[in-house]
Amino acid sequence: MTDVLRLENLSKAFGAVIVADQLSFAVATGEAVGVIGPNGAGKTSMFNLITGTLRPDSGHVHFNGRNITATDAAQRSRSGMARSFQVPQPFSGLTVFENAMVAATQAAGLRGHKAEQHCLSILEQTELLNKANVMAGGLTLLERKRLELTRALCARPHLLLLDEIAGGLTDAECGSLINTIKSIHRNGVTIIWIEHVVHALLAVVDRLLVINFGQKIAEGNPQAIMQSPQVQEIYLGIDADA
Amino acid sequence: MIWINALLQGILLGGLYALFAAGLSLIFGVMRLVNIAHGDLIVLAAYLGLSTTIVLGLHPLLAMIIVIPLMALLGYILQRGILNQTLGDDLLPPLLVTFGLSVIIQNALLEGYSADPQKMNVGALETASLSLGSLSLGVLPLLTFAIAVAVIGSLHWMFYHTALGRAFRAVSDNQDIAQLMGLNKRHVFGIAMALSLAITGIAGILLGVRTNFDPSIGGARLIFGFEAVIIGGLGNLWGTLAGGVILGVAQTIGAQINPGWQLLAGHLAFLIVLAVRPRGLFPRMTG
Repeated sequence: MTDVLRLENLSKAFGAVIVADQLSFAVATGEAVGVIGPNGAGKTSMFNLITGTLRPDSGHVHFNGRNITATDAAQRSRSGMARSFQVPQPFSGLTVFENAMVAATQAAGLRGHKAEQHCLSILEQTELLNKANVMAGGLTLLERKRLELTRALCARPHLLLLDEIAGGLTDAECGSLINTIKSIHRNGVTIIWIEHVVHALLAVVDRLLVINFGQKIAEGNPQAIMQSPQVQEIYLGIDADA
Repeated sequence: MIWINALLQGILLGGLYALFAAGLSLIFGVMRLVNIAHGDLIVLAAYLGLSTTIVLGLHPLLAMIIVIPLMALLGYILQRGILNQTLGDDLLPPLLVTFGLSVIIQNALLEGYSADPQKMNVGALETASLSLGSLSLGVLPLLTFAIAVAVIGSLHWMFYHTALGRAFRAVSDNQDIAQLMGLNKRHVFGIAMALSLAITGIAGILLGVRTNFDPSIGGARLIFGFEAVIIGGLGNLWGTLAGGVILGVAQTIGAQINPGWQLLAGHLAFLIVLAVRPRGLFPRMTG
């Protein structure tokens, strides 16, 4: 199996605040990797480094075998990565359908009828079809989260980065979201998922990555990782000696 | 009857002002850039038209075929080469740079064409008119107004029904997210400026066939454009047309009362709208 994404010794600091510290890991084609860690651990910054909104101080990002450290966010998006945001950021003055179309035409490079069909099928999958002509600024939180996912999927990514997409949802909503993400994964999309809702994460991912202070602390089988005392102490705030 | 005549002339004049304003409105809407050089670019387009008619012997209106693409190209190069670097959180750098550009264009025109007033001759079209009872409407002003409506209509359609328009609105909405969706904002801004200056090309030629022009008149065109945009409401293209018409009507009515009051009446109308409806008469509805 080849690596879709490989981070090599990625470092980034804002003054004294270190958000990535010699961070290295690889994600194989078709894999689903979960990322956990306390707030402020550098999880979202890692996504920003991967998508190109942040430039690393040192280190490299490889995507589909190419070193993309120097390419900008728009190019990276067109080459097949898409992300959703923890705090949904729709184009509020565009309709839901138009939001989807921006991703389909610009990031995925689809044209005309093909782009429209693609968007409609994704909107159906993410259960937003009945809101297609609503201005994105008028959506509820759940709908905005779904729009984040919709937009990311309309970009037809090889690599999908999800940032706390299950946060703030009811159990029922979360369950249907898990099913949607599972089916996306089954279609061959590689996923990296940052999530605090651990049960949602464990239902989908093959591997777990734990990050704290910008460093990789643990990596491996999800069940084993969750039971390791180190993770329990750092992530769940339980004293290992207790 | 003279009042109705003044009203009609004002409406038609408003078409020209709307053309001055449309390009200004477009780039402010897409990238929050206030282009102080806009008026001088209109005058530059008029001079380009003049040169085209002299060198190629073309009819001034046909000169648009040359001038529009030239201005569009200039716009793209200007945006990618200079203006993109000035855009950021601070509104001041683009203001200063376009102000400098305005000075440069004025002086370059002065150097190249001298300060003598020029005019493009459109022959019989200049005096042709249609009679409506006792009123008579010039064909040229009518044509100008029709072009203004067509330009604004096409811009509006482009904004809401094409991929390019969606890209404009997406970038205007949230630049960072647009980048993550694969939009190259520098390129999108370049296209927006190209489009803005293409419209400037049309406006410049129509200005040059209507009145005398010299290198110093850009500033006043910029102000008319601004006033039309503000009266109509920022971000609303049809509002811009309405703003141009209101400004034009105020000017011709003012001139009817006293020939010296033309400009004053226009500015007064602008100030009144600004005082009563600071966001303009038809501000863009927000979603």
